[in-house]
Amino acid sequence: MSHLLLSMTVNGEAVQVAAPAHHTLLEVLRYKLDLIGTKQGCDKGDCGACTVQIDGVPQLSCLTLAVHAVGRAVTTVEGLGQQAGGCHPLQDAFDRWNAAQCGFCTPGILLSAEALLRRCAGREPTRLQVCEALAGNLCRCTGYTKIIDAVLDVGRQMAVAAAASAGEVAHAE
Amino acid sequence: MLRLPQFQVESPDTVEGVVAALQRHAGARVIAGGTDILPNLKHFLDTPPVLVSLARVTALRGLQRDDAAGLLRIGAGVTLTQIAEDAQVRALFPSLAHAAGIVASPVIRNMGTLGGNVNLDTRCRYVNQSEFWRGSIGGGCLKSEGNVCHVVPKGRNCVAAMSSDNVPVLISLDANIVLVGPEGRRVLPLADYFHADGVAHTLARPGEVTVELQLPLPAGPRRARYTKWSVRRSIDFPLLSVALRFDLAADSPHAEVLAAKVVVGVLGAKPRVVTRLDEALGKPLSDPAVARIVSEATHAQCKPLDNVPYEAAYRREMLRVYTRRGVEAMVAEG
Repeated sequence: MSHLLLSMTVNGEAVQVAAPAHHTLLEVLRYKLDLIGTKQGCDKGDCGACTVQIDGVPQLSCLTLAVHAVGRAVTTVEGLGQQAGGCHPLQDAFDRWNAAQCGFCTPGILLSAEALLRRCAGREPTRLQVCEALAGNLCRCTGYTKIIDAVLDVGRQMAVAAAASAGEVAHAE
Repeated sequence: MLRLPQFQVESPDTVEGVVAALQRHAGARVIAGGTDILPNLKHFLDTPPVLVSLARVTALRGLQRDDAAGLLRIGAGVTLTQIAEDAQVRALFPSLAHAAGIVASPVIRNMGTLGGNVNLDTRCRYVNQSEFWRGSIGGGCLKSEGNVCHVVPKGRNCVAAMSSDNVPVLISLDANIVLVGPEGRRVLPLADYFHADGVAHTLARPGEVTVELQLPLPAGPRRARYTKWSVRRSIDFPLLSVALRFDLAADSPHAEVLAAKVVVGVLGAKPRVVTRLDEALGKPLSDPAVARIVSEATHAQCKPLDNVPYEAAYRREMLRVYTRRGVEAMVAEG
């Protein structure tokens, strides 16, 4: 089985990894790079547990060939914390709202939710927008209520912060 | 854990390169978003020696309005999310934007492409299962490794369902498909692209790749809508899908219907264009008779099979309900 040398950016760090052509990004992340935060669930696109961001867009790493990630920036749940210097506001909110029970779906949900909040760019998302953004991530424990509450909480905080900084700018002018 | 069979990957950066790679490797398959082919390969429904990736073919990612030709051209590599969010598609072809925006789940729409969705492999409850599952019912069926059909006993023709959300809509909008292969480029109406054999349900010749879908720009006022039934409203494939299009005498739901087109998916391997809708012509779209005529014709002409979950008889009943609701929703929206 011949291996290819694949170069990509994972959580802000340039990596080179050798893998066979038929390996998925999920297999490379978990079994070559030891980034086991990304979960292996159904392995065929039904559950969303393997969601990562590729160039900022949430995608399923179990249905992405590792060669398709070459030259692109991959963000996993490990990188989400690093980005925020320790603990991402979403991770903090999931903790405060008890939004994780068994926790298997949480990494994927965090990455789908982060992409939604980034697209909202300081506008508070509606409950429906959050539901739709998370519609590809199955959770079999929580019934989603606390997860959605946690995401809305962070959305609200970000909207308040954006409004405050806009106010400061207006004041300074 | 589902392992992929071993294969090599080629990633050309032009359409010509893709066609050449497909010619070089017998049995090679094309991969774009990967959301359809990879689960099928993980189920060992095929073991191609080579996958030819479209990931670097930037020429397939255009979405342009071509006023000279009177077309909207959508590259086969445009993702379903892009189509659902594109301002031009939403304004000119709202039923397509809607259909693209409710395929599977957001993460899958971020990956899956229009070309891939149009060429989505047919699906059946006896096919899209693991190799172990298929073995346990006696070694597969016509579309996998066996030679029997579990849906139509003694059937010699595979009836796996064309399950794309976008295909019925594209056919209702008179779309053309553009293919490039070793013999050059050809354009054919999407309505003629499918045939009733679930094992090979498109007319794509070996070595051909879909490069573009063309939609004729609307010539007059019309209303169009896509309606589907699925169990969870997310991730699932449709259990029935109906694309509706009514050309109207004026831009109002109370205007006369000049032409009606209804296309139904998830029956057999070929989408069905409902015929004999003449009785609905000349009536205002808002006339409840139109919804009744169209839904009764759809119910009479379309016969779902036990190839996807839920009983065929129930799905046939729901076909009438969903078609009627689709027309009523168009009227209600104004």
